[in-house]
Amino acid sequence: MTVLLQIDGVSRYFAGYTALSDVSTAVETGTIHAVIGPNGAGKTTLFNVVSGVLLPSSGQVRFAGVDYTRRKPDRVLAMGIARNFQQVRLFRGLSVLENVMIGRHCRMATGARGLLGLGIFNRAAETQARATAREMLEFVGIGARNERLPGELTLVDQRRLEIARALASDPRLLLLDEPAAGMNPAEVRELTGLIGRIRDRGITILMVEHHMRLVMAAADRITVLSAGRVIADGPPQQVQRDELVIAAYLGKPHAPAHGR
Amino acid sequence: MLGGYWESIAIFLGINVLMSISLYVPMSAGLISLGQGGFMAIGAYVSALLTKGGVPFAPALLAGSAVAAAAGLLVGTPALRIRGIYVMILTLGFGEIVRVFFLNFDPAGGASGLVGIPPLTTLPAVLAACAVAFLIVWRLRHARLGRAMIAVHEDEVAAEAMGINLTRTKLLAFSIGAFIAGLAGGLYAHEALFIDANQFDFSRSAVTFLYVVLGGAANPFGPVLGAAIVTLLPEFLRFLQDWRMTFFGSLLILAAIWRPDGLLKAPVPRSR
Amino acid sequence: MLLQQLVNGLMLGSTYALVAIGYSLIFGVLRLLHLAHGEVFMVGAFAGLELVVWWHAGPIAALVGGLVGSALIGMLLEFVAFRPIRRRGNSHLAPIVSTIGAGLVIQEVMTKIFGSEQTAFPVHFSQTEYHLAGLTLDATQLFILAISFVAMLALHLFVTRTRYGIAMRATSENLRIAAVLGVNIDQVVLLTFALASGLGGLAGVLVGLNFNAISPYMGVEMGIKGMAVMLIGGLGSIYGAMAGGLILGIAEVLSVAYLSSSLRDGFAFGLMILILLLRPRGLFATGVAVER
Repeated sequence: MTVLLQIDGVSRYFAGYTALSDVSTAVETGTIHAVIGPNGAGKTTLFNVVSGVLLPSSGQVRFAGVDYTRRKPDRVLAMGIARNFQQVRLFRGLSVLENVMIGRHCRMATGARGLLGLGIFNRAAETQARATAREMLEFVGIGARNERLPGELTLVDQRRLEIARALASDPRLLLLDEPAAGMNPAEVRELTGLIGRIRDRGITILMVEHHMRLVMAAADRITVLSAGRVIADGPPQQVQRDELVIAAYLGKPHAPAHGR
Repeated sequence: MLGGYWESIAIFLGINVLMSISLYVPMSAGLISLGQGGFMAIGAYVSALLTKGGVPFAPALLAGSAVAAAAGLLVGTPALRIRGIYVMILTLGFGEIVRVFFLNFDPAGGASGLVGIPPLTTLPAVLAACAVAFLIVWRLRHARLGRAMIAVHEDEVAAEAMGINLTRTKLLAFSIGAFIAGLAGGLYAHEALFIDANQFDFSRSAVTFLYVVLGGAANPFGPVLGAAIVTLLPEFLRFLQDWRMTFFGSLLILAAIWRPDGLLKAPVPRSR
Repeated sequence: MLLQQLVNGLMLGSTYALVAIGYSLIFGVLRLLHLAHGEVFMVGAFAGLELVVWWHAGPIAALVGGLVGSALIGMLLEFVAFRPIRRRGNSHLAPIVSTIGAGLVIQEVMTKIFGSEQTAFPVHFSQTEYHLAGLTLDATQLFILAISFVAMLALHLFVTRTRYGIAMRATSENLRIAAVLGVNIDQVVLLTFALASGLGGLAGVLVGLNFNAISPYMGVEMGIKGMAVMLIGGLGSIYGAMAGGLILGIAEVLSVAYLSSSLRDGFAFGLMILILLLRPRGLFATGVAVER
């Protein structure tokens, strides 16, 4: 197996506290890799570093062997890493379909075919982007609601829409930050299926999730963060038995022992 | 065609529509400029100096717009790091700098202004410019760049994470707007035939802002409607004689109270 | 010579500061760019003038007149032009449109009453000049300096020592939390407009005394400079506005003395843009997150 994403000694300090401290892990191509840990463990900070939204204080991130630590988020996406947001961040003034087309932005040709590279009159690229966007909406299961505004969707559908938007960019690695938040058990089952189908398209997945049933069902590998440090890293069965992990979760509602 | 008076009104209306579109473009990317008068001044002076020097009208207009667009890039660069009210005051300062520059720029007449500009602006030329500018913003709404601008306006973090280059999008929005304002300035100069720096002062920029906000900043027809109302209403208010501005100002306050998002609302998205 | 220029700059700058403090107070509490504040400043100058002309009042009475006149106009604007918009929603552009409309009305009304020409401001101090360590100051200059610094000190004491001043600062930190904590927001906003406008009126009379002439258009330039000063100091920071005003005043006087008088106004905005590039949040950033 080849390593797609290498996180190497990443630390991130904010004024007064350490969000991440020397975090290292490797995400292998074609796997579903979960990051779990108690609240405040630094999971979202890690995602922000991996997606280029935050610059790490030290350490580096490599994608398919290439160090991209200092790249801006738009270039990280163009490179093949797409993400959703834990607090859904859709563009409320754009239609559902247009939101997904934004995800396609970086794959739309500009060049000579668009007027002065502005892409104003580039109908072919538009048509193609619209087709891809429709396909992605179908794929995540909200295909019939193209013309609506995102605000008219349920929160669960808004999360699906964010996944469609991320998929439209043809990522090789998809970052999912708590995709199951607010979902009922039936919806979680559906999401588990969706994540499997995304992996079957050849897309590697790195996800942060509290929902242990989902993590244990889907993940090939789990990294456990606690207070900004990696305390365990391995296949689910191994992590589940890890004493440090059990200690970190002691008294927490989602103890790994409940899984599966 | 129209009588001389109404033709001249129609030309100035067209120029104001262009100005409103020039601000609508950066505003759809969340950049509110209070310095559009500065870009207009650049287009007016550059094109007027060129036609006075014997250059044909069309290339002179384009050159004026291009210089204005370059100035747009220049102003847009510091505006990348700031937002909202900061951008408004920064552009306001830019407009004042342009005004003071031309006030002291003796090759263009300095404080006494530039006279003897050839009367080259025609109503068809203005209409054509308006049509092209409007077509651009109309198409922009359903194009890659236009979507990106709206996304940047709504959520910069999410937009950047979804692959939108903030720098490029904002600078393009700024300089497309500046280009159109420069075009409006060139047409204005060759209709007014006399320009001086104070014709492009803060009130010019503020009234441009009014066009957009009054008409509705989220609808491409909004700025056009706003420009039409602000330009034509005082003409129809002649019976009020000397109290036109008082009446007009009061109307603006009422409009702000009753239609805070402008007269036209955002169109329902149609993705086709 | 340099010292003399510095004192002249302080004098000019203190009037800028008084106007910019008004912008900052209003921006701090309402996040509103008050584009009619220059006109409010101009009304203060004329209110002071009226007292002098009709009642032969002295400079102190003229100041009080300017302060009260502008404060009343400011409060009127809040009632008529801003409060109804706040009541109806949270649009952030509509209030700015309203300020432009209000500015147009005020300017035309004042032009109709006082004519569009410059009017002399007939307050005469004794022509005595005071010599102090190589500096030459006349009574007018001393008066302007003293009044503006007293006003700034009074404002400082007000916002740090009094209940209303503290409520105002709390509101500018976070309007919603202040409301939850029982601050009467409408009262605080009204007070803010009164205070901001009153200081503007004071500046109007001081400028009238300084240049001996006022006009209904004097508010435009001062308004624009006041905004630049607010930006230099940091949005919403009253101490930033004070420092920014003094810095701009000194910079302008020095630029006239050593560069060219015609470039004075451009220089002011060049300085503003330079400071923005170096410190995007102004010299005395308040840390207030400014969105939109």
